[in-house]
Amino acid sequence: MLKGFSVVVFVVLIASGAFLFESCGKGQPSAAPNSEVGLVFDVGGRGDKSFNDAAYLGLQMAKDSLGMKYQYIEPSGGSDRESALRQLASQKSIGLIFGVGFIFTDDITNVAKDFPDKKFACIDYSYDSTKALPKNLIAIEFRENEGSFLVGAIAGLMTKTEKVGFIGGMESPLIRKFQAGYEAGVKYVNPKCKVLVAYAGVTGEAFKNPAKGKELALSQYSQGADIIYHASGVTGLGVFEAAREMKKYAIGVDMDQWNEAPGYVLTSMVKKGNVAVYDIIREWKDGKFNGGTAEIFGLRDDGVDFVYDKNNKPLIPESVYKQVDGLRNDIITGKIRVPTQ
Amino acid sequence: MISQIFSLAFLAQTIRITVPYSLASLGGVYSERGGVVNIALEGIILNGAFCATVGTYYTGSALFGVICGIAGGLLTALIHAVVSIHIKADQIISGIAINLFAVGITKFVLEILFHSSSNSDRIPGLPHIHLGFIENQPDVARLLGNPLVLLTIIIVIASQFIIFKTRFGLRLRAVGENPEAADTVGISVTLYRYYGVLISGVLAGLAGAWLAFDQHSFTDGMSAGRGYIALAAMIVGKWNPLGAAAACLLFGFAESLQIQLQGAGLPTQFIQMIPYVATIIVLAGFIGKAVAPGADGVPYEKEK
Repeated sequence: MLKGFSVVVFVVLIASGAFLFESCGKGQPSAAPNSEVGLVFDVGGRGDKSFNDAAYLGLQMAKDSLGMKYQYIEPSGGSDRESALRQLASQKSIGLIFGVGFIFTDDITNVAKDFPDKKFACIDYSYDSTKALPKNLIAIEFRENEGSFLVGAIAGLMTKTEKVGFIGGMESPLIRKFQAGYEAGVKYVNPKCKVLVAYAGVTGEAFKNPAKGKELALSQYSQGADIIYHASGVTGLGVFEAAREMKKYAIGVDMDQWNEAPGYVLTSMVKKGNVAVYDIIREWKDGKFNGGTAEIFGLRDDGVDFVYDKNNKPLIPESVYKQVDGLRNDIITGKIRVPTQ
Repeated sequence: MISQIFSLAFLAQTIRITVPYSLASLGGVYSERGGVVNIALEGIILNGAFCATVGTYYTGSALFGVICGIAGGLLTALIHAVVSIHIKADQIISGIAINLFAVGITKFVLEILFHSSSNSDRIPGLPHIHLGFIENQPDVARLLGNPLVLLTIIIVIASQFIIFKTRFGLRLRAVGENPEAADTVGISVTLYRYYGVLISGVLAGLAGAWLAFDQHSFTDGMSAGRGYIALAAMIVGKWNPLGAAAACLLFGFAESLQIQLQGAGLPTQFIQMIPYVATIIVLAGFIGKAVAPGADGVPYEKEK
C-alpha cells in the first residue's frame, strides 16, 4: 500500500515538475477590463532565438512605446496550448490574445468562437480562404517567399559551383513557401544554378533534430553545393555546424543567425514577428482591430527582409548587394511576382 | 549516381548515424536482459547530452564532458532503477515520467545557464586521433579518428562476450528470464537488475555525449526520438548485442540512404518513408519471432 502510494507521489512530482519548469504564467492582475495583451508562445518559448523571441520583442516594443501591459504563457506541449489561450481569454483585464505559430491554428479558432468579446491574433496562422475566420480573429501571415527570393538571389549570384542547397524542417506548405521563393530567387539571377532540396522529416520533430540537419547539410556540401539556406528551426543549427566543418556558407532564417557560426553565415532571411505583434497591438489600441481577415506582412510592410550589416558586409560584394536591393524594389512595386509553391 | 551514393562519404555518414543508436540500443539490451523495460532511454540520452555539454563548457575538457555525460545518464537511470526495482512501479510509467522530466529539466537549466530555451553556447569537440595511413580519405579519417566511434565498436563486441560468455552475463540473463530460479540459487535479483539498468544509463549517457559533441552544443530536445528507435533496434536484434548493433546499422543505412536520395530528384515524401518501410520489412520478413526475456517488465516479488 505504502509502495503504491509512493509511486503515485513520485510520478505526480516528476510530471508536475516537468510542467512547472515550463509553464509559468507571468505578470500581475490589474484593474481595467480589456486593457492588457496576452500571448501564448509556441513550444520553444522565450529564448528560442527565433520567432518566439521576435514576438516577445514586439510585446516589449508595445510596452515601451504604448505603455501596454502584457502577460504571457510558455506551454510545454500540445494539450496545454488551448488551455493556455483559454486561461488568458478568461481574464477580465486581457482584451487581445496572441498565439505564436501555425500550430495554434485550430486551437485559436475554437477559443475565439468561445470568447466573442475578446480579440485574437495568430502568427503564421494557416489560412484557408474557403473557411470564414471568426470576426474577432486576425490571421497574421508573412510573405516568407519574398524574403527567401532575395536570399536566393544572393546565393545564386555568389555560388562558385553553380549549386546551392535548401534544407527544410517539417515538410509542410509553410516551409515549401520558403523553398519556392528561394528557388525562384536563385533561378532569376542564375538560371543555370542547381538547387538541391532536402527536408528533415514529416513531423514536428523535424524542427528539433540538429544531428539530422548536419548530416543533410554535409551531404549537400559534398554533392557540390557551396551555400545552403535552411528553414528548419533548431535543426538548422546542425546546418551551421556543417558549414563550419566544411568551411562553406549557410543562410539563416527568422532572425539574424550570424552568431551561430560567425564568418559562415552569409546572411539571414528575417521574419519580423515583432513588427507584426506591435502593429496589431497598436491597431487594437486605436480601435482599428480589423478581425475576420488575414493581415499579410511582406517586403513592402517591412515584415520580411535579409540581413546586410557590419558583420556580413565583408562577405557580400557591393555589386551583389546593389543588385539584390534592386530586386527588392521590383518585388515591392510588383514587377516581380514571387511564387508561393 | 549509384557510385555517388555508395561512396566512402556515405559509409561514414551511416556509421555516424549508427553510433548513438547502437550505444542506446546496447543499453536497452543490458536493462531488459536483466528484466527491466527501459523506455527511459530517450530521457537518459537527453540528460547525458546536456551533462556532457555543461561539463565541457565549464572545464574546457572534452574528456571531463564525456564523464559528465556518463554520470548524467547514470543518475537518470538510477531513478528508473529505484522506481522499477525497489518500489516495483510500472516500468513503462516510470520511463515516460523520466522522459518528460528530462525534457523539462534540461530546458529549465539551459535557460538558467545559457539564457536560451533553444541551445547552449558552443563547446569544443572531442580530440581527434590522427591515423596516418588514411589521412588522404578525409571522410574516413574524420570518422575513425573519433574516439567514440572506436569505443562503440569495442563496446558492441565486448557486450556480446559479457552477456553470453561470462558469469556476470549468465546471472544477468537469469534474473531476467526466471528470477525465482536465480533467487533460489542465491543470486541477488535486485543487485543484478540494478547492474543492468545502470549499465544502460552509462551507455545511453554516452550516446547523448556523442550527440552533444557532434553538434558542439546542446539543443532543446536533441535526442529527437533516438531512444525509441534504439528500443526498436533492440527488439529487431532479439535482445542480442550484435543483433541490436546490426539492426542499428540497418536503420542508420536507411536513414543515410534517405538523406542521399533527397538530392536525386525523387519525391521527398516517398524517400522519407524509407527507414520505416525498411523496419517493417525486416521485422516482418527476415527476423522471425522476437521473444523478450521471460520476466522482462515484471517486478520481482520475493516469496516470504
